[in-house]
Parts: sequence; structure tokens; C-alpha cells
Amino acid sequence: MTEKYKDHDINAGHPEDEQHIVSPKVYFIIFLSLLVGTALTIGASYLEMGPWNPVVAIAIACVKATLVVLFFMHIKYSSKLMKLTVGAGVFTFLILVGMSLSDYMSRAWGQW
Amino acid sequence: MSDSHAVATAEVGHEEHPAYLRHHFVSLEQQNETSSFGMWLFLLTEIMFFGGLFTAYLIYRNWYYPAFVAGSHQLNIFWGSLNTLLLISSSFTMAMGVWSAETKRKNGLIWSLIATLILGIGFLGIKTIEYTEKYEKHHIPGHTFSYQNFVNPTQQEIQSGDKPLAPDMAAKTEVYFSLYFAMTGMHALHMIIGIALLSGMLFKALRGGYMDGNIAYVENFGLYWHFVDIVWIFLFPLLYLISRHQ
Repeated sequence: MTEKYKDHDINAGHPEDEQHIVSPKVYFIIFLSLLVGTALTIGASYLEMGPWNPVVAIAIACVKATLVVLFFMHIKYSSKLMKLTVGAGVFTFLILVGMSLSDYMSRAWGQW
Repeated sequence: MSDSHAVATAEVGHEEHPAYLRHHFVSLEQQNETSSFGMWLFLLTEIMFFGGLFTAYLIYRNWYYPAFVAGSHQLNIFWGSLNTLLLISSSFTMAMGVWSAETKRKNGLIWSLIATLILGIGFLGIKTIEYTEKYEKHHIPGHTFSYQNFVNPTQQEIQSGDKPLAPDMAAKTEVYFSLYFAMTGMHALHMIIGIALLSGMLFKALRGGYMDGNIAYVENFGLYWHFVDIVWIFLFPLLYLISRHQ
């Protein structure tokens, strides 16, 4: 910092702004977890669970996607601004998809 | 003479920071944060885009359920699983590429990019095998589409649990295959764009690029590649898996 910015250190009090290098070990553990998740979701598809098959499959996919976002895409180590941006985006996404689906699936029962 | 100009020349000279730090950023951290923030905004619009396709798929699956189950049984679970394996591995190799760039390992970066490139091309190769099979069975929507084998399933398909569909429901398998091609096709297009960018990055890395700490491009490409992986993480169960038993 130069003399000019002495009283304006943007990094002061923002330790999350520091560049965080995620280690290969973490990447490898996440990679293995994703492989286990894939095996689980394939295995679950061979079980007869009626309406729960899609629920279980989407739940496993959400866990896998969360691992990718947090570790491969570094959101766990990012600033609050980034966390909030991603969170707000996912929230908006769920509103759009959730409300569209609830509308379609709650009208004209049995008339398809 | 404006004050900012005086600051730029006199106080924040070029000796004090790397050349790739733009003058309108206070620090490298701020510059990196800004670039990945922009990348994430782009990826969020992509999530909305694919979300529309996923929503359409779920709604039509509810409407024409027997047709979607029969259509889904036409997909080969082995190819789908293998492609999932390839894509997750390529995400891992790309993450290793970002790490290599961060720690300035030239060979690590080059080999990570090569591995990611090969896995990505392998994914598209398997996708080609699957599309060819759809072509041979007349399952590509349009004037060549035929739903005959959903009205009259083969003996083998009946043994594995497929029931013959009435012609009006069998015709709706075209909706399933339209969504199948729209979703996997858009995903494949993202892969093709990714492979093109990856090749350019490899070209630059082979000439010693990204070793000066200016790795925003590698990091942002990594975000893009992982996003394409996430789309497939949802496509695979929705298209291939969830209808296996109905």
C-alpha cells in the first residue's frame, strides 16, 4: 500500500479476501465423494421405490452439485459477497422452478 | 491536471505491481474477485437457462408419464454411467490444473489440461455413439421419427418389463426425445465450446503462459467446466435413471 491509501486498506478486516489455494488432497477427496455419489445414484435406480426414485436421485445430485460448488468452484473459501451471490442465484432459481412446477402440477388433475 | 492522473504516474508506478493489475483496481485480490464475480453472474444466467429445460422435462414427464418411462428405457445406462465417470474425472483434472497454475507448476498445468481435453473429447465420442443409435432406431424427432417400436416392443424389451403403449401415448415419446436432444445437445454444445477454449489455453500454457500469476482465465474457465459438470450431474439421473423401474 502506498502512502495515499494508508487509511484505506480494503483488506483490513476481510481475511476472506486473501487468495486461498485449495490443496490437491481436498480435490481428491471430493473427486472420490463424487464417484461414491455416482455409484449410489446408479444403485438406487435399481431399487423399486415408486415415487421416491426421482426424489432420491435428485437429492443425491444436489449433494454432488453442492460439493462441486463448494470445493471445485472454491465457494467455501470465497468472500461473503460471492457466497451471497451464489446463494441468491440458487434461491431465485428454486423460486422460478418450484413455483412453475407447483402451478402445473396442481391444476387440471387427471385431464392430461 | 486531474488528481487521479497524478496518482497513477507518481505514486502507483508500474514498478509496484504486476503489469496485469489494471489501474482501476486497488489490489490483485480486488481484481480477481471482480473477475470471478462476473463469471459467476454469467453462470447463474446459465443455471436459469438449463433450469427452464429441466422444468419443461419434469412437467412433460408428469403429463405423458408412460411415454417418458418407455423413452427413458431406450437409453443405455452403461454409456450414461461411463460418461458421468469421464466428466467427473475431467472436473478433477481441471481442478488440478487450477492448482498447478496457482502454484506455478508448468508441467502440472499442461498435463492437467491435456487430461481434461482427452476426457472431454471422450465424453463427446460416447455421446456420438448414443446419438447414432437414436438415428438408427428412428428416435430423432422430426419427419424420420417413428414410434412403432413403442407400440410393438421387441420380445427382449417385453421381457425386461416394457409394456406396449397405445399409439396416441407412444407418439408422445417424441416429446421425450425432443427434450432429450435439447438438453443433452445444449450440454454437448457447452462441452464443444469448453474444448475449444481448453485447446487455446493448452496452446498458451505450452508456450509458458499463466506462470506469472495472471491466472484469472484459468480459474474462470475452471468455473465454467465445473458448471458443465454440474448440469450433467442432474441430466444423468433425470434422463437415464429415474424411470428404470416403472
